Amino acid sequence: MALPDLAKKPQRFTGGHRACAGCGFPITIKIILQAAENPVVVGCATGCMEVTSTIYPYTAWRCSFIHTAFENAAATVSGIEAAYRSLRRQGKIQQDIDFIAFGGDGGTYDIGLQSLSGAMERGHKLVYVCYNNQGYMNTGIQRSSATPRGANTTTTPAGTQLPGKPQHPKDLTAIMAAHDIPYAAQASMSHWNDLYRKAKKAFAVDGPAFLNVLSTCRLGWATAPEDTVDAAEGAVQCNVWPLYEVEQGKWKLTFKPKKPLPVADWMKQQGRFKHLFRADNSQLLESIQQQVDENWQRLLERCGE
Amino acid sequence: MTLSSQTKNLLKAHEEVDAKIEPNAGWRDLPIGAVIPQGGTATQFATGDWRTIRPVWSKEKCINCHRCWLYCPDMSWISEDGRIQGVDLTYCKGCGICANVCPTKVHAIEMHPEDDFKEDEAAKEGGK
Repeated sequence: MALPDLAKKPQRFTGGHRACAGCGFPITIKIILQAAENPVVVGCATGCMEVTSTIYPYTAWRCSFIHTAFENAAATVSGIEAAYRSLRRQGKIQQDIDFIAFGGDGGTYDIGLQSLSGAMERGHKLVYVCYNNQGYMNTGIQRSSATPRGANTTTTPAGTQLPGKPQHPKDLTAIMAAHDIPYAAQASMSHWNDLYRKAKKAFAVDGPAFLNVLSTCRLGWATAPEDTVDAAEGAVQCNVWPLYEVEQGKWKLTFKPKKPLPVADWMKQQGRFKHLFRADNSQLLESIQQQVDENWQRLLERCGE
Repeated sequence: MTLSSQTKNLLKAHEEVDAKIEPNAGWRDLPIGAVIPQGGTATQFATGDWRTIRPVWSKEKCINCHRCWLYCPDMSWISEDGRIQGVDLTYCKGCGICANVCPTKVHAIEMHPEDDFKEDEAAKEGGK
């Protein structure tokens, strides 16, 4: 698909929403919704996406949309999908409809994990999209289990006692793949073609699909608004955020950086890692690089590379 | 200000909704369950006044790669029949992503401070 052709399709997410200038998630939404061929029903967990796009009486969504609490986007959309299947069986609906649940990393990795796991295990035909900006950005930048090690957040403030978040983020995409769902993938808004193709696959499978999409938060990452796409690109180029998919249990790498950049190159762009470049934190920086390298090796093995 | 035909139609459609939900409506006037009866009403809310820098587009230099259209978080780049028509400043918050993702060799978008346009606009309004 060429971009000018993609632009011919009417958009289902409009301007006039109140997300920050240079926000990443509207780009993620745009690419995913352009990939949907059928009418869509969207459920959205509490978070920036929901708050900024549906300030009453305004809504940026030109499709059915329901706001749910933080923890139950997957449960709500499961219910909608189950009701749809029943109505379809009764002959009351003929139309094919795509069901999407959106959640941030807070609503997906942490608070909504149980309902997400349940929805995947029950096998609802829905696409769960985690727009992952690596923290609770809507409430003022707190750490989540997706926040990278070393990042400065308001609950892991970098100072004399703590060099930012002490833990590595958990590998949620692998956890979702372990549910043996037909499709799970990791993508980035910076690589639109890869994300578009993965969204197409996610809509096409007969069962649950999970997409974990890196979406820059320029406020929480402390990057310049115009660098939103570059910041996400950097995470992919330094293997912090590898792009891969797990289709029917088969792992496949969908992008391999020609020459992976050092993690420090990506971190340098972002204010949240500023303290890591102090001399007393050099060991931590090395240890982060080591962990990223180990994870990358493990992924290569899983993908049979 | 340039508006795409799509945006114009939307704005027209939403005048109806606006009649249903007045900004100062009391709770009795609102639909039950905070339902917004029609989609896309955010198009009535102009976020363009957040902008401090403005994208200026060169039609001559543009190669229609549509990277600006794709990476604009505010759906401000207008594309019709696969060709970029310009930027709709109603919603543009001036983040500068478009100028940044425009291929370096093409360089069809430049960001300029809003102050540069103040005189032009004052002159235009005076002429009305």
